Amino acid sequence: MTQSNKDPLVIAGVEYNSRLLVGTGKYKDMDETREAIEASGAEIITIAIRRTNIGQTPGEANILDVLPPEKYTILPNTAGCYTAKDAIRTLMLARELLDGHPLCKLEVLGDEKTLYPDMPATMEAAETLIKDGFQVMVYMNDDPILAKRLAEMGCVAVMPLAAPIGSGLGVRNPHNIRFIVEEATVPVLVDAGVGTASDAAVAMELGVDGVLMNTAIAGANKPVLMAAAMNKAVQAGREAWLAGRMPRKAYASASSPETGLID
Amino acid sequence: MLDVIVNGESRALAESVSVKQLIQDMDLQGKRIAIEINGEIVPASQHSSVQLSSGDNIEIVGAIGGG
Repeated sequence: MTQSNKDPLVIAGVEYNSRLLVGTGKYKDMDETREAIEASGAEIITIAIRRTNIGQTPGEANILDVLPPEKYTILPNTAGCYTAKDAIRTLMLARELLDGHPLCKLEVLGDEKTLYPDMPATMEAAETLIKDGFQVMVYMNDDPILAKRLAEMGCVAVMPLAAPIGSGLGVRNPHNIRFIVEEATVPVLVDAGVGTASDAAVAMELGVDGVLMNTAIAGANKPVLMAAAMNKAVQAGREAWLAGRMPRKAYASASSPETGLID
Repeated sequence: MLDVIVNGESRALAESVSVKQLIQDMDLQGKRIAIEINGEIVPASQHSSVQLSSGDNIEIVGAIGGG
């Protein structure tokens, strides 16, 4: 897009050109991670916090060497946390690790089978984190009332799930996502559940401000190619939303003039 | 000797070891890490001055890929 019709995503006062946010998990190796993230065009990338030497191949570069904070906005997550206390502790460590960087993704999980969020625990953690100066982007159910409450509390973005994390089922409840968008006072990002490019476009066409995904890219046969596809799908969906789709009609409507036909 | 727990594992350290020395012993100097001792974060600026005590429960975390 040119400067004149610039359409940035603004989160906590910072402008981003890309509306696609990506996770950095589940890739074959660091090279594939870096290439996929580059192809996605994402500027905000999520990372997880773990004990050192866990989840790392000895001798392999650290994720933050491959994807440096000077180049990307790092969004530490609380994946694997099932209590408010664990989530808060994880993000405190993340903030120390990232030299005081306050932007974070809060998720407090309720159940291993669905990985649905535990919303009471999420709200408890959000309240503490916001008071402590964190800029909280919050993973949540696709519940319009909760979205409103979380925005009122001071979350800088609300991130309803499209479908369970890692399921690739696409937007299961587009009506709720629309309700959340209609009432939103902070950016709405669909987080989790996207499976392929059309799912990302569908989410964007509902008017959400961005999409966050990991497995849809990392779990594709060719992750780097899928990352490029997602980059385009998110842009296409955004432009289609801004353009405003034609009304749906029950019957045909000819595209060519129906007069002046040859006999 | 000092007996401490680092990331869930027992570790015997020499007397009067600072957080900074532990980081060096573990070959983690210069790495992006965060340290918690007995549930309290020890900021990087205090790694040289904070001494470990017997029984300390130390967590050393880093960033890894995640969604």
